[in-house]
Amino acid sequence: MKYIALLLSGIIFGVGLILSGMTNPLKVQNFLDLFGIWDPSLAFVMGGAIFVALPGFWLVQKQKKPIFNESFDLPKSKDLDFRLIFGAGVFGIGWGIGGLCPGPALTSITFFDIGIYIFVVSMLFGMLITKKIVK
Amino acid sequence: METEFTPITSLLGGALIGLSAVMLMATYGKIAGISGIIFRILPPVLRKESIPVGILFIFGLLLAVPLWNLFFGDIERQAVSDNYFILGVSGLLVGFGSSYGNGCTSGHGVCGLSRGSIRSLIATFSFMFTGFLTVYILRNILGL
Repeated sequence: MKYIALLLSGIIFGVGLILSGMTNPLKVQNFLDLFGIWDPSLAFVMGGAIFVALPGFWLVQKQKKPIFNESFDLPKSKDLDFRLIFGAGVFGIGWGIGGLCPGPALTSITFFDIGIYIFVVSMLFGMLITKKIVK
Repeated sequence: METEFTPITSLLGGALIGLSAVMLMATYGKIAGISGIIFRILPPVLRKESIPVGILFIFGLLLAVPLWNLFFGDIERQAVSDNYFILGVSGLLVGFGSSYGNGCTSGHGVCGLSRGSIRSLIATFSFMFTGFLTVYILRNILGL
């Protein structure tokens, strides 16, 4: 049951990405083309997700603990530091160039396309760089 | 090339993403941030419990396309670039940036904002701003 919940969460997340258009890099890039051929669809993805997650998280966190775990594992940092703003900024540049962010990139692996593999391997390498420099 | 404005399917797809995030929080108390989930299972792994959570969730993601194909048919997909060098650079920036900034579109943009995190709000502004700027430069200045 524990493992099925995880697998199911992953499937639902992936299906949501496909249905919403996030696995189509051109659609993502057009969303970012604010002063050109803007496709506002992705704002609706974020809106739909927050519409469900905001009340959902609120309800869940009123519980003492999650169903299959001892406690909630939430980020504790409150710092608005260079690392946060710079990291997110670099991520946005890569997102704009390729039209892919980590979720859609992983979901797209099963499209079996060489370009995706190159993107994903480079992405993992980028994360390993962070592992190296952050102690 | 233009893409069709799809408010309904995008909203529904977003709702599914939100539902998945709530499920992960309710069952394991974890944030459905994809960059974080990948980051925690890359070596060196700090906490062993991250591995089954990450692997199973990612395996679910990988099943989405085959399942979709089985039930609904083809998925519209248009690559931005077929240039492997550009894809590599883009992947590197996405991987480094999202992990260094502790989150991506899902972790900061969906989960963080839904938790009312100021950090996530700032991060979302940051990646949206550089994303808009990057596409502006690519399309209007470099003419790609």
